[in-house]
Amino acid sequence: MSLLKIAWKNILQRRVASLLTSLSIGLGVMLMVLVLVIAGAVEIAFTQRSIGYDLIVGPKGSDLQLVLSAVYRIQPPIENLPYMYLEQIRADRRVISAVPLAFGDVTQQGSFPIVGTTAEFFENDYMPGRKFRFRGAGIESLFDAIIGAEVARTNGWDVGTKFSILHGGAQGSLHDELFTVVAVLAPTGTANDRTVFLNLQGFYAIEGHEKPIDEVEKRLRDFYAADPQRLESAMQQLQEYRARRTARPDVPEGQAMDSPPAMQEVTAILVKTRPATPFDAISLSSELQKGFQAMAVNPIRPIQRFMSSVVGNIQKALVVLTAIIILVSGVGIFVSIYNSMVDRRREIGVMRALGAARHHVFGIILAEAALLCLGGAAGGWLTGHALAIIASPWVIQQTGLLIDPWAVSATEAILFPALGLLGVLVGFLPALTAYRTDVAEALSS
Amino acid sequence: MSLLLENIRKTYRQPEGGRLPVLGIEQFQLQRGEQAALIGSSGGGKTTLLNIIAGILTPDSGKVIIDGRDLVAMPEVVRDRYRASRIGIVFQTFNLLPAFTALENVMLGMTFSGRGVDQNFARELLQRVGLGHRLHHSPKRLSVGEQQRVAVARSLAKKPVLLLTDEPTANVDPANQQLILDLIRDSCRDHNVSLLLVTHSMEAAASFQRIERLQDFNRPELCAPERSA
Repeated sequence: MSLLKIAWKNILQRRVASLLTSLSIGLGVMLMVLVLVIAGAVEIAFTQRSIGYDLIVGPKGSDLQLVLSAVYRIQPPIENLPYMYLEQIRADRRVISAVPLAFGDVTQQGSFPIVGTTAEFFENDYMPGRKFRFRGAGIESLFDAIIGAEVARTNGWDVGTKFSILHGGAQGSLHDELFTVVAVLAPTGTANDRTVFLNLQGFYAIEGHEKPIDEVEKRLRDFYAADPQRLESAMQQLQEYRARRTARPDVPEGQAMDSPPAMQEVTAILVKTRPATPFDAISLSSELQKGFQAMAVNPIRPIQRFMSSVVGNIQKALVVLTAIIILVSGVGIFVSIYNSMVDRRREIGVMRALGAARHHVFGIILAEAALLCLGGAAGGWLTGHALAIIASPWVIQQTGLLIDPWAVSATEAILFPALGLLGVLVGFLPALTAYRTDVAEALSS
Repeated sequence: MSLLLENIRKTYRQPEGGRLPVLGIEQFQLQRGEQAALIGSSGGGKTTLLNIIAGILTPDSGKVIIDGRDLVAMPEVVRDRYRASRIGIVFQTFNLLPAFTALENVMLGMTFSGRGVDQNFARELLQRVGLGHRLHHSPKRLSVGEQQRVAVARSLAKKPVLLLTDEPTANVDPANQQLILDLIRDSCRDHNVSLLLVTHSMEAAASFQRIERLQDFNRPELCAPERSA
């Protein structure tokens, strides 16, 4: 009979105490597994090339906010850029695609972000090598909308559904316009699943989205202060538009009236540079940084920085916290085994009298502690992943994070050796007590 | 010769200081296959002597020679291994381990002997003591008499040359006492095992041809004054 089997039989002998101590380890491991699975999903969602673009252009400000708002749609926009700036970027020989995004509003039902864009957005890859697939027709009229898979599922919307949107966020006022779903996107595992896409021109046509001409003029003067040629062109457009509006006093202020590009704005521009020249994105980015009031950022870099500085630290803190829970549970195992040593003194004496050497009883107690730790770890690991499987649809619904319940991180890989070691550590003192047991005294006890 | 004790001295440290002489034995021997009953009063050093012979306790001085090898001179780990393979012990309180079934308790007797575990032999031993139908019962599901029979089977499982029994019938009901004694004696005879039965009961020793009284050959006063001071 092996020492391991003897240890196992001893564990079964005290099955309630063993189960409880093992359970405490299991709970700690389960929490750690859940933290790691979620952290892994967050990391994948935020660090993969989850956008098929090389640069994101937006107003000067926080590069992280630009990426979080334009790509992940979990932050409000910084400000807007003149539409004319999009035309400038499109004219650059290094650019093969520049897609405008206008956002800031949300759906009345479910508060899903609204993004005004062009058909080009759906023609481009949403991730390198991955094309959008959708059910329904393309956007044709001003108030057509394409909705993400999660929006359709959560709100119960489908092609033909009509809906309203709120201006400027969940607390904003209700727009009068009604939009119609013309297509539903297949799931992408990205923020697009949680987004409602509108025709960009329809977005401009929404009442209240057009700023007063004077305000636009001021912003253009600021933006193109260093480019008098473009400023002059913009002012000319504004002048003509002002004249048209003056002739139509019946059109309320804030409602677009076939407005010229100078009156229009975009919130961000997604830029794809030519793949044959990888430095195009870098050179274009540094040129854009120098001029005017815009910035171009690599969509990956701010997120990586954010992940390592904030999310990474939170993840580390949670892992440390769960590790502390496991350690405390380890202390529980130590206390349980150590207390049982008094009751088991005679048993140890009998085993020694039967010929077990000191190192045999030492090994048996160590094996018991290691089995309790590893058994708890195995249970906790399986439960953690099972919970991740059960909870993943809910997490996807709530956060848009695609959970891979069976993804095993590097930390998990060292979990079992670490818990084996913990078992050895917590079992050491009780094992030493067994080792030092005086056989004659134990037998007479 | 199976067992030879020479010049055994054993004292215990006393709480108030000084040492209490317990054993002073010039010579005691047991031939291979011989069966002897050792009678002594309570507190007379019987269990101490048994523990010394088993290598559980070391004497202050003297030799314990079993099958030609001196236990006292052995390092502890060697002595443990020697005990595991050559010396069987039957305790007064049986001392079956509660976590194990009857069969496993018997197999445990073989585990540390270094000869491997022979499950068939363990079954055979239990069948021989009349417990073939109780192999997988835990000790708490066995009667007192059955527990002692398992303990006897366990002590024989390692095929010892010497079997030490400490009041093996003290906790057994009168109806089973002779049964247990016969079982022990017959088993030892069958396997040519030397048997030393320690008891305070003349009744238990009565059936033995050789009966020794501990006080007849134990002279604690032989313990040297400087050792017992």
